[in-house]
Amino acid sequence: MALSGVEIFKHLPKTNCKKCGHPTCLAFAMKLAAKQASLDACPDASEDAKKVLGEAAAPPIRGITIGAGDKAVKTGDEICLFRHEKKFFNPTVFAVAIKDTEAGEAAARKIEAVKTSEIDRVGQKLRVDAIAVIDESGDAAKFASVVKQVVDGAPGVAIILASKNPAVIEAGIALCADKKPLIYAATAENAEAMAKIAKEKKASLALSADGLDALTALSEKVKGLGVDDLVLDPGARKAKDMVEQYTIIRRAAIKKNFKPLGYPVIAFPGRGDSVSEAMAASIGVMKYASIIVLNTIEKWKMLALLSLRQNIYTDPQVPMQVAQNIYKVGDAKENSPLMITTNFSLSYFIVRGEVENSKVPSWLAVMDNEGLSVLTAWAAGKFTASRIAQFIAESGVEKSINHKELIIPGYVAILSGTLEEKLPGWKITVGPREANGLPSFLKARA
Amino acid sequence: MALVIPKETYSGKIYNVQLGAGAKAVTIGGASALPFLAFEGAFPNKPAVALEIMDIAPDDWPETVKKAVGGAGASPAKWAKFCQDNGADMVALRLMGTHPDQQNKSAEEAAKVAAEVAAAVDIPLIILGSGHAEKDTQVLQAAAAATRGKNCAIGKAVEENYKTVAAAAMANDHKLIAMSQLDVNLAKQLNILLTQMGFAKERIIMDPMSSALGYGLEYTYSVIERIRQAALLQNDPMMQTPVMCDIGANVWKVKEVMAPDADVPEWGGLEDRALAWEVITASGMLTAGADMLIMRHPGAAGKIKELIAELMG
Ligand code: B12
Ligand code: SF4
Repeated sequence: MALSGVEIFKHLPKTNCKKCGHPTCLAFAMKLAAKQASLDACPDASEDAKKVLGEAAAPPIRGITIGAGDKAVKTGDEICLFRHEKKFFNPTVFAVAIKDTEAGEAAARKIEAVKTSEIDRVGQKLRVDAIAVIDESGDAAKFASVVKQVVDGAPGVAIILASKNPAVIEAGIALCADKKPLIYAATAENAEAMAKIAKEKKASLALSADGLDALTALSEKVKGLGVDDLVLDPGARKAKDMVEQYTIIRRAAIKKNFKPLGYPVIAFPGRGDSVSEAMAASIGVMKYASIIVLNTIEKWKMLALLSLRQNIYTDPQVPMQVAQNIYKVGDAKENSPLMITTNFSLSYFIVRGEVENSKVPSWLAVMDNEGLSVLTAWAAGKFTASRIAQFIAESGVEKSINHKELIIPGYVAILSGTLEEKLPGWKITVGPREANGLPSFLKARA
Repeated sequence: MALVIPKETYSGKIYNVQLGAGAKAVTIGGASALPFLAFEGAFPNKPAVALEIMDIAPDDWPETVKKAVGGAGASPAKWAKFCQDNGADMVALRLMGTHPDQQNKSAEEAAKVAAEVAAAVDIPLIILGSGHAEKDTQVLQAAAAATRGKNCAIGKAVEENYKTVAAAAMANDHKLIAMSQLDVNLAKQLNILLTQMGFAKERIIMDPMSSALGYGLEYTYSVIERIRQAALLQNDPMMQTPVMCDIGANVWKVKEVMAPDADVPEWGGLEDRALAWEVITASGMLTAGADMLIMRHPGAAGKIKELIAELMG
C-alpha cells in the first residue's frame, strides 16, 4: 500500500531547500505520493527515509521467479483482491507432484505428461509449468535420483524440491541449483539450515507453518536470516481454509502492507479423487494461490483448470482481440468459401479451429468489433449490415476470390436481407449457429 | 509484528429466501460476508443445487449427460423423481417444449406437466420458461397457477416480460427469478422495476446470466463479485437478493463437452472432461457468490455438493 503525501513528508528533511526542484518538501512529498518524482532528487534524504519509502514503493506481494531460461515462471506481484479492480497479473503456476517413491516408470510417465501438457487456447499456449519432487522416502540418495530424472527428462521445466529435511534438499539442489528451484519448505524447526541453503544457492524458499500467526513469525525469522524470495503455505488443505487463509494473506499484504505475508502462496489441493482435486485446485486459482501442486495432471483436468486460469487472469478492461484482416485458412484459393466473424479472440479461434477441422480451405474475414463476440457485437450495434458491407467492400477481398458469396454466422441470420441490399451483387449465405456445425456445413458444400 | 486479521465491516446482508413447502423446504441466501469467509460473517444456508429436467426428452443434450439421465428423461415426473433420488436439493423444470422453434406446446400442456412434476417430488421446484420472452408470459402464468401453494421459483422474468411474469408469481405466492444481461447496473435496475410494481424484493432471486468455463465465465464471475460487494459493503438493498446461476444450459452446448476423444486427443477423455466442465463452471460461480445453481449432470451435481460441504466447513 502506497504512503500518502503527508506520511512521506514526515520522513523528509523539512528544510524546503528546493534542491529537488520543488518549492517545498511537502510539494515534493505530494509528487512522490503520486509517483511523479523519485526520492533520488532530494540529496539530503536520510537513510531512514530511503528505507521506509523504498519499502513502501515495493509491490505489496513480492514477485518471484522460479526456474531459469525461457520456461521460468514469474509469480506473485499482484496488486488487487478482485479482478475487476484492475486485473490479476501472474497466472497460477501448476506443478505436478512426483514422489521419490515413484522413481522410474511412474516418474517417467508424469515427466512425459508435463512435457506434452501444452494446449493452445484462444491463441495462448498453456501448460503445466513445474514439477515438485516430493521426499517421501526420507532417503537423500533416492530423492536426488528422482531430481536427476526430472532434470534430464524435462530440462527447462521449473522445479520445486519438497522435503523438511535440509540434508535431502542439499542432495537435490546440488543437481539443479542453476535452475533456481523453489525449496519447500522451511519450518520453525529447520529454518536456519534451509535459509542457509536458499541463500547459498540463490533459490527461493517456501515457508510451511500451521496457521497464520506461526507463518508470520516464521516469515520474519527467515527474512531476518537474509532470504528475500519467500513463498507461503499456511497449511490450508480444505477448500474452506484455503479461501479464508489465502484471503487474509492477500488482504493483509495489499490493504495493510503487512510485509511478513507479502509473498506468493503455494497450495496443495491434492486428493485421492481427481475431480475432487480439480475442484479444490479451482478454488486456489480464484482465491489467490500463486502456485498449485497437483497429484495428477490428466489432460481433461488440466484443460479445465488452465481454461479457468485463463478466464480469471484476462484483463477485464480489454477483451482478447485479433487484428482485423482477411485470414487464409489452409490453402485457400479463388473459389474457396468466404466467412465472416468478429475480432473477439474466442470467436475467431473457435471458428478458425472448426474451419481447420473441416479441412476445407477457406477465407475468414475478421472484422474489428472492439473484441466483442458475434451476438454481443450485434446487440451492441457493432456488427450491423452496413458496417459489414463497408468492411467487405474496403477489405480488398474481391481481389483474392472469384465469387461473391459471404457466409455469415447463423445467430445473425436476421442480417442477411439487409446485407444483400447493402452489398449489391453478393449472395449472403447463413451458416450454422454454433461453429461446431461448420465442418459438416462446409464439407456438404465442397 | 503480530498479524491483526484484516476484517471487513459489512453493513448489508443477503435476504433469506425460502423455496418449497414442508419438511423438504430449502432456504437460500442469508450470507453476511463475502463467499465462505466464515471468520467475519455468518452463512446460515448452504448454496443449493438444483438438477434440471424438461417437459420434452433431452434429445438434443450431449451424449454424456443424456446417458447420465438415462431412461428417466422420457417422462418429466419420473425424471424429477430421479433427480430427487440422486440427491438434488431442488428440481428445475425448463418448459423448453413450449418454445415456438421447439414443439410450440401450449401453456395448458406446460401447466399440466408442471403440476405432475410438483406432485412427483417433495423437494422445491423451479419453473423456467423456454426463454422466449413473449411465449413465456402465458406459459409461466399457467404453470404458476397450476403449482399454487408449492412456493416455487418462477422465471425467468426479463426486461421484456417482467411485469406479467412477476404478476404470475405474485398471484400464486411463488418466488421470482429475474434475469438481466451480465451487467451490475442492469441487474439492479430490474430489481428496482420489480419492487416499483409492488413485488417484494425479499422474494426475488437474481440471475445475472451465466456463461460456461472458457466461454465468458469471467464476465459472470466479476458481475457476481460486484453484486455481492454492493450488497454487503455498500448495503444496497436492491442487490441483496440471492444469486442463482443457470450452469447446465450454458455448459452442455460447448465443444469441450461434446468433442470425441479421437478429435481432440490433447483434451483427454470426453466423459471426465465433460463432467469437469460443468463442475469447474459451478465452482467458479459458487466462489463468486452464487446461492443457487441449476445443473444437468447428476454426477457433476453430486461432486459440487461435496465441494459445498467442504467450503461450508
Ligand atoms: C460475455 C458476454 C458479454 C460480454 C462481452 C464479451 C465479449 N467480448 O464479447 C459483455 C458483458 C461486455 C456483454 C455485453 C452485452 N451483451 Co452480452 N453476452 C455475453 C455472453 C454471455 C457470451 C458471449 C460470448 O463470449 N460468446 C462466445 C463467442 C465465441 O460466441 P460468438 O462470437 O457468438 O461465436 C459463436 C457463434 O456465433 C459461432 N460463430 C462465430 N462466428 C461465426 C462465423 C460463421 C461464419 C459461423 C457459421 C458461425 C460463427 O461460433 C461461435 C461458437 O459456436 C452471451 C450469452 C451466451 N451465452 O452466448 C451474451 C449475449 C451475446 N449478450 C447479449 C446482450 C444483449 C448484450 C448487451 C447488449 C446487453 C448489456 N449488458 O448491455 C451488451 C452489449 C455490449 C456493449 N458493448 O454494448 C445477448 C444478445 C442477445 C441477442 N440475441 O441479441 C446475449 C446472447 C445474451 C442473451 N441471451 O440475451 N456480453
Ligand atoms: S531537496 Fe529535499 S530537503 Fe530540499 S526541498 Fe526538496 S525535499 Fe525538501
